[in-house]
Amino acid sequence: MIDGVRDAQGVVSVVQAAVTRHGATAEALVPVLKEINDELGYLPAEALAEVSRLFRMPKGQLMSVASFYHMLSTRPRGRHVIQFCESAPCHVVGGREVWQALQDELNLGPGDTSPDGTWTLVTSSCLGICGVGPVIIVDGDIYGNVVPERVPELLARYA
Amino acid sequence: MKFVRSLVLVSSDPDSLARGAQEVHERLQREIQSAGLQEEVAVVPVGDLGRHGAAPLIVVYPEATIYGPVTPDDVPLLVEEHLRKGRIAVGLRASARELSGRIAWLSARRGTLPAEQRIVLARAGLIDPEDIEDYILHDGYEALGKALTQMTPVDVINAIGKSGLRGRGGAGFPTGMKWRFVSQTDSYPKYVICNADESEPGTFKDRLILEGDPHSIVEAMTIAGYAVGASEGYIYVRGEYVLAQERLDKAIDQARQMGFLGEDIFGSGFNFDIHIHTGAGAYICGEETALIESIEGKRGEPRARPPYPTTHGLWGKPTVVNNVETLANVPPIVRNGASWFRRFGTSNSPGTKVYTILGNVNVTGLVEVPMGITLREVIAIYGKGMKDGATFKLAQTGGSSGSIVPSSLQDTPMDFDSFARAGVSLGSGALLICNEDTCVVDLVKVLLNFFRRESCGKCTPCRVGTERAHQILTSLSEGTAELSDLRDLETLVDGLSQLSHCGLGQTAAVPIRDIFKHFRAEVEAHVRLKICPTGACSMSGR
Ligand SMILES: Cc1cc2nc3c(=O)[nH]c(=O)nc-3n(C[C@H](O)[C@H](O)[C@H](O)COP(=O)(O)O)c2cc1C
Repeated sequence: MIDGVRDAQGVVSVVQAAVTRHGATAEALVPVLKEINDELGYLPAEALAEVSRLFRMPKGQLMSVASFYHMLSTRPRGRHVIQFCESAPCHVVGGREVWQALQDELNLGPGDTSPDGTWTLVTSSCLGICGVGPVIIVDGDIYGNVVPERVPELLARYA
Repeated sequence: MKFVRSLVLVSSDPDSLARGAQEVHERLQREIQSAGLQEEVAVVPVGDLGRHGAAPLIVVYPEATIYGPVTPDDVPLLVEEHLRKGRIAVGLRASARELSGRIAWLSARRGTLPAEQRIVLARAGLIDPEDIEDYILHDGYEALGKALTQMTPVDVINAIGKSGLRGRGGAGFPTGMKWRFVSQTDSYPKYVICNADESEPGTFKDRLILEGDPHSIVEAMTIAGYAVGASEGYIYVRGEYVLAQERLDKAIDQARQMGFLGEDIFGSGFNFDIHIHTGAGAYICGEETALIESIEGKRGEPRARPPYPTTHGLWGKPTVVNNVETLANVPPIVRNGASWFRRFGTSNSPGTKVYTILGNVNVTGLVEVPMGITLREVIAIYGKGMKDGATFKLAQTGGSSGSIVPSSLQDTPMDFDSFARAGVSLGSGALLICNEDTCVVDLVKVLLNFFRRESCGKCTPCRVGTERAHQILTSLSEGTAELSDLRDLETLVDGLSQLSHCGLGQTAAVPIRDIFKHFRAEVEAHVRLKICPTGACSMSGR
C-alpha cells in the first residue's frame, strides 16, 4: 500500500529491489511490475518512469503492458481491496445475492474506490477457489461459502 | 423419481435404432412385466451411449454393467440373470476389445464405490510435497532415470505416442505427435513450457497437482526436454497461485541439489533447467501463443497460427507447450509403459481425467476417473446426488471453454470423441451441475460477461461481439428484448465462431449456440411472453 510515507525515493528503491531480483530482461518485465504492484498497492507514475529507464522501454509501451493485466493497477486503490468473484460457479450458488449485499453495504460500482479512500471494490473473472463459492477476498484473506447475511460482519473486521 | 432397485438404460440414438434398439426396448418391457419386476426395475431409453461398434447398448445400474450389442433374443437371459438373480449375464457383455478400459474399471470399482482411478493425483495428499525424498520413495524420478539411461529420445516419444495420451488443456491434441514435431525441427535452442495458467472458472485441478505433487511436473518437463532436445523449461503459473509457486520453487531447488536438474543429469550428458514465470491476471494468457507473448514481456495477445509454437514458439524457437495435467501423466507412462496406460479410459481417449464437480450437488470437489464416465455417474456417485433432491437440468462443462450439456445427454460417455459426436465438448474438466432453478439466459449472461472482460481486444469480432452479446442477454434477462435481438444474437454466434482470431472468441459463441439448440423455448419466453420461466431473471424492465 502506498501510505504517504513512501516518497519518490522510496518508490524508486522498491523498483530497484525488484529489478535486482528479476533482472531487466524482457521476460522479467511482467514479474517486476507485479512485484512493484504487490509492494505499493498500484503502479505509481514514478515507478513506471523508473522501470522505463531501467528496461530502456518507451513509457507508452510500458503502459500498454501494465494496463493489460488484471493484477496490475495504474490507479491508487483504497486501504482495503475487496475482490468479488463473478464467475458462473459462484453465481449459481448464490453469488448474485452476495453482490447485492456488498452493494447495500458499500454502494460502489466495480473498480470504484470509496470517497474516503477506505474501500476499493473489484470484480474478478475467477479467483480459482471454486469449490467453496461464493468467494470474496479482502486484502488477501479468502472467504468462501459466503452468504449475504455475513457480509456486514466480514467488512466490519477491516473498518 | 420413484425409487427402483435397478435402472436399465437402452441406447436409442439413430445408430442404435438402426441396429434394433426399439425391438430390444419393447422386449425388455415385456419380459420385465412377465417376470413381475415392473415395480423394481425402471427402463429408460436414452441417447447416445457411445461405443458404436457395440450398439445397441444396455447399461444396468447400480452395477453399471454394460451389455452390447444386445439382440431381442438376448433379453430373456439378461432379465432372468441380471435383473432377477442379480448376477452378471456373462455371455452378453460387450466385447472386451470394444470396452476393455471401461469394463476393467467398472469391475474394479464394483462394490467399492465411490472408487477413483488415480494416476496424476496418485500422490497428492499422500506425500509431503515439500520433501523430495518422500517423492523419490514413491517412485519419484524413476521415470526420468529410465528415460535417460535406457531409452533414446525417440523411444520416449514413441512411448508417449503409443500411450495415446491427449492434451488435457482443452483441445485434446495428441501429446506424442506434438513432441515429435518439435524434435524433428533442427532449430535450437528449443523450449518446454508447462501451461499452469489455469484460469477457467471452476477449474482448479492443475493447482491441486502443483500443490500436491510439484516434483511430478519437474520430472515430466525434464523428460520432455530430453525427448525433444530442449535444455530449458518454463512453468507459467497463474499469478493468484501463490502456494503453487512456492512449492514449485522448492521442488526445483531440491531437484537441482540432487542432480535431477542442471548439468549432465544421471551422467547422461543431458542438461536441463526450469524457470518459474508468474502471470499477472489475464485469462487469455492460457492460450499458448498469448502465454509466450506474456513471457516475452508483452501484452498477452495471441499470435496468428500457423506457424505453431512447435516450430515458432518462445523467442521464435521450437517450443512444446503442455498443460499441467498432461505432463503429470508422462512419468507414469514412461515408468509403466504405454499399454499399461491404455488399460484406463477408452481406446481413443486413454487414461483418466480430473474433474472438478461444482454447483447444485451435495458434494463438490475434485475426482480423477477414467475417461468415458457419464454425467449421471458423476452426479450420483461423486456428487452424492443433487442438492435438496432437485432435478438435474444441465451441466456446464470445462470452465467457460466447454458446452452446455442438457440432461438428455447425461448418459453420453465423457471422452473426447463421444462428446464431439454428441456436439458438445469436455473443456478443461470443470463440471458445473445446475438444477431446474437455473435460468439458461441468466447463466449464459454470466458466461458472456466473463468473455467480454477477458477478451484481449486484439480482434474486432471478439472484442465487439462478446460485448454486444452480453448486452442482448442482459436485455433478455430484463424483459426488454425484441425478437430482432434474438436474430442478432444468432448472427453474433456465427461471427464469433467464424471470425474470431483465437479460441476465446470462438468458444464464447458455444454456450449461446447451445441454449438456442437445447433450450430455445425458455430463451424465447423471455422475449415473446416477457417472462423468465425459472423466475431467476428480474425482468425489471418489462
Ligand atoms: C482462451 C484460451 C485459454 C486457454 N487456457 C488454458 C489454460 O489455462 N491452461 C491450459 O493448459 N491450456 C489452455 N488453453 C489451451 C492452450 O492454448 C494449449 O492448447 C494447451 O496448453 C496445450 O497443452 P496440451 O496439449 O497439454 O493440452 C487455452 C486456450 C484458449 C484458446
